[in-house]
Amino acid sequence: MVGSVPIAWVLTLAAALFCIGLFGALSRRNTVGILMGIELMLNSVNINLVAFWRYLQPTGTVGLVFAIFTITVAAAEVAVGLAMVIAVYRARLTINADEVDTLRG
Amino acid sequence: MNYIVVVIFLILSAITLVSGVMVVTVKNIIHSALWLIASFIGVAALYLLMEAEFLAVVQILVYAGAVSILVLFAIMLTRHVTGEGTRMLYERWWVALVVALVLFGAVITPTIWQQGANWDAAATAAQASITATGEGSPAGTAVASTINIGESFMREYLLPFEIASVLLLMALIGAIAIAFEERTGRRRVLTLAEEYALKQRGIVEPRDAEGAVVPSIEAEQAL
Repeated sequence: MVGSVPIAWVLTLAAALFCIGLFGALSRRNTVGILMGIELMLNSVNINLVAFWRYLQPTGTVGLVFAIFTITVAAAEVAVGLAMVIAVYRARLTINADEVDTLRG
Repeated sequence: MNYIVVVIFLILSAITLVSGVMVVTVKNIIHSALWLIASFIGVAALYLLMEAEFLAVVQILVYAGAVSILVLFAIMLTRHVTGEGTRMLYERWWVALVVALVLFGAVITPTIWQQGANWDAAATAAQASITATGEGSPAGTAVASTINIGESFMREYLLPFEIASVLLLMALIGAIAIAFEERTGRRRVLTLAEEYALKQRGIVEPRDAEGAVVPSIEAEQAL
């Protein structure tokens, strides 16, 4: 992998995945769809971390440990986020982000 | 040999990116969640290609297993408002598209044009330091394995490890507290002793279609 694929290709893949996730998080009306976009963004960040670990510092563990912590925080985030989605659905009978606008002012 | 790795990388990238595009564009939200699983598995295969085996297994377990099932449950609990007929994107979704494309250009231009050569040189040097050592080489000169991850969790990253466990506990409690349904009007099944006590006081409780006792408000207060 290191000798044949340049690191710029991996970083380009991660940036493309991040931008796809960003588009999903910004354009979806469904709150669950927004959360799925955020998951894609977090995954692309993990690809970056692992790529930098493997290419630049393969004997250390910093990149791997950082990626594992990212996965932990993402799991906590998605659990609380989906609980909020269910709570909002109970209160408003909708989970479209543009219809839940009490705080818009 | 090298071409095989390049081809595998390109195939895995295509799988991941196409699945990601399908996640954000497909109409049916359940299909979107299934494409998300495909994207997660593609990323896990990329981890395997980059020799991060433990992370690949964690990716499969946590993302493709737990997170996607959680997302599917949330979709099915809120299903009948998110049917196929409703609009999935905002009217001004092209603004989001422009923002994403501009960000991609802004991120990738310095990466390829300025830093790519430096990183490639550093990567070649790092790889040379690994391949120069053979079998029985001293620790710290091979690619970090799962053993090294475990050791670093128990040594230099012990405090962040514990904090992560506290974070997971807080997320667990918070998710239960947020999603728990407070049923003020929950139907309560009376015990036989309670039914007898109500009959003694002359309170007749209504029964539903299945013959179960539905405690009225005055019966609840009497108890």
